Amino acid sequence: MKPARFRYHRPESIEEAVALLADLGDDAKLLAGGQSLVPLLSMRLARVDHLIDLNRTAGLSQISMDDGGTTIGAMTRQATVEHSAEVAEAVPLLALAVPHIGHFQIRNRGTIGGSVAHADPASELPAVALALDAEIHVVAARGRRSIPASDLFVGTWTTSLAADELLQAVRFPAWSGRCGFAVEEFARRKGDFAIAGAVCAVGTNDRSAVDRVAIVLMGMGATPVRARDAEQLLLGTTPDEDVLKEAGQRAADAGQPTDDIHGPAGYRRRVAAHMVTIALRKALRQATDHGRD
Amino acid sequence: MDEIDIEVRVNGEPKSGRVEPRLTLADFLREDCGLTGTHLACEHGVCGACTVLLDGVAVRSCLLFSVQADGSEVTTVEGLSPEPGTMNPVQEAFWQHHGLQCGFCTPGFVVSTTALLAANPDPTEDEIRDGLSGNLCRCTGYQGILAAVRAAAKAMRI
Repeated sequence: MKPARFRYHRPESIEEAVALLADLGDDAKLLAGGQSLVPLLSMRLARVDHLIDLNRTAGLSQISMDDGGTTIGAMTRQATVEHSAEVAEAVPLLALAVPHIGHFQIRNRGTIGGSVAHADPASELPAVALALDAEIHVVAARGRRSIPASDLFVGTWTTSLAADELLQAVRFPAWSGRCGFAVEEFARRKGDFAIAGAVCAVGTNDRSAVDRVAIVLMGMGATPVRARDAEQLLLGTTPDEDVLKEAGQRAADAGQPTDDIHGPAGYRRRVAAHMVTIALRKALRQATDHGRD
Repeated sequence: MDEIDIEVRVNGEPKSGRVEPRLTLADFLREDCGLTGTHLACEHGVCGACTVLLDGVAVRSCLLFSVQADGSEVTTVEGLSPEPGTMNPVQEAFWQHHGLQCGFCTPGFVVSTTALLAANPDPTEDEIRDGLSGNLCRCTGYQGILAAVRAAAKAMRI
């Protein structure tokens, strides 16, 4: 036994879970897949008085789709998303990102909502949520709200969720038409957190000019970083290789990496620039190929 | 602190226990059930030595609390062989192809490989490497393990 003592709660309904949260607030922590929280508890980097286990809470694992987008319940396992042909069709960027998370044993437990709420700046799902302008559906005993992903991530492992709020689902708005998506990351070993990575979504018009683009960096600061400057550079253009390189550079400049044992900040920035360039190249090719169908 | 009664089917046998909520499934298996084949090294989800099947799905038993397995079926390395004193095709292949040296990581590799081949009976070389990436071995250099997985896949397809 490594974690400090805690009281264990296993709510069967969302109502029961949010009532517990309303009652316990800051003293409680929600347990989703546990693939990040349990190591933190075991290393005693985190300590809780109450652990609220959502693994048997009804109504948190549905996937629903409509013309506007795809809504994925917070407790949907990453492995479920990884093996869903429907999700791959409806939210290609998510399907591309999930296999980069840890290893298959981790994805068998890890959840979509847990990863978003954990808000690790080097992880894939917060970056995907930010790139696709996802809406984070949140419920509390006092009411519901929807938080734009751009307002969710406030720092390392920190979100704008209040202590009594439960992340219920993530809605990914649909990208349709001539679109392409790519996830590129560089890690020393498969499944490690990337030294730096990028997720890109690109839409093009019938003349192959970029009319919609999202670029998000992973591992390049305290939160996932949306590279708006680089996006602006690309909008309206039919980018050649030089422009893609320039976009990678500008995107990397938007990050605020730090030095650590894996390498200095400058190295991270160079890796990130390259990841953005190759992700953009791949996404663009996919978007223009799509136009030829 | 409150202890909780749990019932878990472990390798087909019902096991009940009264546990602190912070007791991991790995510790429950090793300490309460006496099944020390499930090994613990990093205890934070990196090394894969503690991999078991929870309702048929490969998971890290160090990242689950035993209360979470209440009502579930757990298969450990001890439960993989068809009967005592025999080996399943994965274990047999690890033995034949030098898929182990000190043996510490082996239960995790054997359980992960069993799950990998159940989901994908004819994996490519890349899929094998990807499927084994969640288990660490400090002795073998992995080549014997890769050979064992290839051989096990072949043996199980025949």
